[in-house]
Amino acid sequence: MVAPVKLKLESLTVRFSKATVLRGVQMDIFSNEILSVIGPANSGKTTFLKTLNRLNDFTEGVRISGMVFLDGKDIYKDIDPVILRQKVGIIFALPIPLPMSVFENVVYGLRRQGVKDKNKLREATEKALRDAYLWDEVKERLNEPAMELSGGQQQRLCIARTLAVNPDVILFDEPCSALDPISTAKIEQAMLKLKEHYTIVLVTNNTKQAARVGDRTAFFLMGELVELGGTGQIFTAPRDKRTDDYISGRFG
Amino acid sequence: MSSARKFKEFIFESAIKISGLASIFIVALIFFFLLKEGIFLFRSQSFAGFLFGKNWYPISDPPEFGILPLVLGSLLVTLGAAVISIPLSIASAVYIAEVAPRKFKEILKSGIELLAAIPSVVLGFIGMVTIVPWIKTAFHIPTGLTAISGSVMLAFMAMPTIISIAEDALHSVPRIYKEGAYALGATQWQTIVRVVIPAASSGIMAAVMLGLGRVIGETMAVMMITGNSASMPRGFLHPVRTLTATIAAEMGETVQGSDHYFALFAIGIVLFLITFLVNMASDIFLHRKRK
Amino acid sequence: MTALLPKTSQRIAFFVLWLATLSVIVPVGMVILIIFKNGWAAMTWEFLTQMPRSGMRAGGILPAIVGTFYLVLGAVFFALPLGLFAAIYLSEYSKDNWINRGVRLAIINLAGVPSVVFGLFGLALFVGFFKFGSSILSGSLTLGVMILPVIITSSGEALDSVPKSFREVSLSLGATKLQTIRHAVLPHALPGILTGTILGVGRAAGETAPILFTVAAFYLPRLPQSIFDQAMALPYHLYVLSTQVPNVDSKIRYGTALVLLTIVLLMNLIAIMIRSYFRSKKKW
Repeated sequence: MVAPVKLKLESLTVRFSKATVLRGVQMDIFSNEILSVIGPANSGKTTFLKTLNRLNDFTEGVRISGMVFLDGKDIYKDIDPVILRQKVGIIFALPIPLPMSVFENVVYGLRRQGVKDKNKLREATEKALRDAYLWDEVKERLNEPAMELSGGQQQRLCIARTLAVNPDVILFDEPCSALDPISTAKIEQAMLKLKEHYTIVLVTNNTKQAARVGDRTAFFLMGELVELGGTGQIFTAPRDKRTDDYISGRFG
Repeated sequence: MSSARKFKEFIFESAIKISGLASIFIVALIFFFLLKEGIFLFRSQSFAGFLFGKNWYPISDPPEFGILPLVLGSLLVTLGAAVISIPLSIASAVYIAEVAPRKFKEILKSGIELLAAIPSVVLGFIGMVTIVPWIKTAFHIPTGLTAISGSVMLAFMAMPTIISIAEDALHSVPRIYKEGAYALGATQWQTIVRVVIPAASSGIMAAVMLGLGRVIGETMAVMMITGNSASMPRGFLHPVRTLTATIAAEMGETVQGSDHYFALFAIGIVLFLITFLVNMASDIFLHRKRK
Repeated sequence: MTALLPKTSQRIAFFVLWLATLSVIVPVGMVILIIFKNGWAAMTWEFLTQMPRSGMRAGGILPAIVGTFYLVLGAVFFALPLGLFAAIYLSEYSKDNWINRGVRLAIINLAGVPSVVFGLFGLALFVGFFKFGSSILSGSLTLGVMILPVIITSSGEALDSVPKSFREVSLSLGATKLQTIRHAVLPHALPGILTGTILGVGRAAGETAPILFTVAAFYLPRLPQSIFDQAMALPYHLYVLSTQVPNVDSKIRYGTALVLLTIVLLMNLIAIMIRSYFRSKKKW
C-alpha cells in the first residue's frame, strides 16, 4: 500500500535579496513517515523547513517561486497562513520557552485560538506533555517558570507546546544540537512514537541521528535536493557521488 | 478565523500603520502652520529686510521687523555656551566612558540624566538669583542680565545632551581598536587620545551639534537671564535678545492678524529651519559613523 | 610632553577629566540644594492646598498644581496611544524603505523642535484653526505633540529589546501577527514603555513655552471646570512670579520652584528605578 502524499513540493525556488537559497526542489513527503534531511551548513535546509509553514514570509526581501501543497492544497493560495501554521508545527534548534509558566507555554497556541475552558486546557496540557515524554517530570511544576527547566526539558516542552495545537506535520530543525546525549535519546524516542500520528521532517547535522530515526533521507547541497531515498539505501549505496562524499565525511 | 476577529485585526493594524506615519504628518503640519501665518508678513516686508534688517521695532509706527539683532543675539549666546560646554562635555564623556569605575559610572549617568530633566524655567530662576548677580559684581557692570550669563546657563543645559551622545559614541568604539593599542604598549590615556576619540569623532560631532541645537532652541532660561534688549548686540557683557525669547516675550502682546503677529511666526519658521538643518546634519554624522 | 613619563601625564589627564565631570555634577547638586534650602520654608499644607491671595503674594498655589496635573494627564492621554502604536509600527511592521527612513527622521526632527515653536504650532492649530481657544485642551494637545518623540523612542527601544525568537515561536504556533504582538511582545516591553511615559510626564510638567499661548493664565479665581477652560500651571507660575510680580516673598518663589522641581525629579527617579529594577529581573 502506498502511503498518501502529505506534502508535495514542485520546483520550489527561494531567493533572499540577491542569493538563491533553494533551487528547483521537487519532492513528495508521505504521511506518517520521518523524513531526515541532511547536508552541510548553508545548504538551504532551514529555509526549506521554514517554507513549509510559511515562516519565511516574515523575512525581508524573500521571493518564492514554485508550489507547495499540503493535502493537495496550495499553501500560498488555498490555505490561511495562520491555519497552516497550526497544522505544520516547528521545533527550533535552541529551545525557546516563552517567559511564562510551563502550563502557559503549552496552552499558548490554544488560547490564541480562543479556547478558554479551563478543563479543556488542562486536559490538552496533560496529553501534550505525555506525548512529549515530559509529563512525569513537570506534573508538579506546571505553574513554575518554564525557563527554570533544564535544556532537554525545555526542548520537550517546545514539542508539547506544538503538539497541543494538534498539527498534522511537525518540523524539527536540528532539535538536539544544544542537548546532551541523554536528552537527545529521549527526543529521538519521542519522534519515533510521534510518527504514528504525525508526519515528521527532521533536519539534522548529525548523520548518525538521521540514520537512526529517518524512514527516508534527503540530501541537500547548496540549495539543491541532490538525492532522496530510503535511509538504508542512502547510507549504504548512495546513487550520487556528492551524497557519498558527504556521508563518508570527505567534506561537510 | 472568524470574520469578526479578522475585522477587528484589520482595524487595529490600520490604526498602527496610520500612527506610524503620523510623525511625518505632524512635522509637515507644524511647518505648514508656521508658513501659513508667517508668510503674510512678506506682503509688506521684504525677505532681505526681514533677515538682515538691523532694527527690530515691532511696536513703533511704522514697525520695523529686522531680525539680525535677534539672530546675532542667539548666535552670541550659543557661541559662548559652545566654548564652555564643548570641552567640559567631551572631557566628562571621556571620563565616564573610559576612566570611571563601573558602579560610579551608573551614578554619574543618572546624575546627568537628572540635570537634563530640570525644567528650563527652574534653571532660569536659579540663574537669576545666582549667576546674574555674580556676573554683575565680578565684571563691575550695571546689570548681570547679559549674554554671558545666558551662555553659562545654556552651557549647563547643553552638556547632558552632548555628554550622553558622546559617551555612547565612545562606548561603541570596538574593543579591538583599544586592545591593539595596549598590545603595542600604549597607556590608557595615550590610547584614548590617539585611538578612541578619533574613532568616535563623528559621533562626538553629532553630539555637539545636537547639544547646540538644543541651546539655539532654548527659550525660558535665556528669557530670564539675558536681558531682552532687542538691539544689535554689543558684546558678551551686554544684554541681548534671542530669536526664541522674542517670540515668547512678545506674542502675548500682539493682536492676532497684525504684522507683529505674522513676524513672530516668521521667526518661528527661521527657528524651525535652523533646528531642522542641525538635526539633519547630526543625523548624517551619526550614520557616517556606523559604517 | 617629552619631559613627563607617559604614566604621569596620564594621571594628570585623568585628574583633569575628573574635574570636568565634577564641574557638571556639582552644579546639579547645588541647584537642587539651593531650591530645597530656600523653598522648604514655604512648604506648608496651606501652600499646597489653598488658592492664592493678594495677587500671588500670599496663600497657596493649588490651582497651578491642579492645572499642571490636568495638562500632563491630557498630554499623556493623547501621546501614549499614538506614540505606542507608532512605535509598534516601526518595530513590527516597517520595512527598510524610504518612507520609513522618513518616519525615523521625522521623529528625530520632532524631538529637536524648540519648545516655543511648539507653542506657535499649538496657537495656530488648536487655539486658532480648531478654535479650541486658550484652554486645557489646546495646552494638552500641544504638550502631547511635544512628548510624542520621547514616547515613541523609548517604546520602540523596549519593543526591539524583546528577542525575535519569541515572535517566531508565537507565529509558528498559529497566532496572528497582532496576537503575537499583544501576547508575546508587549507584556515584556511594558517596563520600557512605562519608563518612557513617566519621562514624558516629567518633561510635560516642566515646560513653559508650549503653554504660554495655548492655556496659561497667571491668575484665575477658580479651579478649571472643563477642558475648555484656561488653567494655571507651575512652570508659568514660576516664570511670572520671578519676572513680573514685584515684592513677592522670595520663599514663595522658591517654594513654587521646589514643588515643580520635586515633581519633575520624582518622575525621573521613578523612571530610573523602574528601568534598573526590570533590567536586573530580566529572564532572558
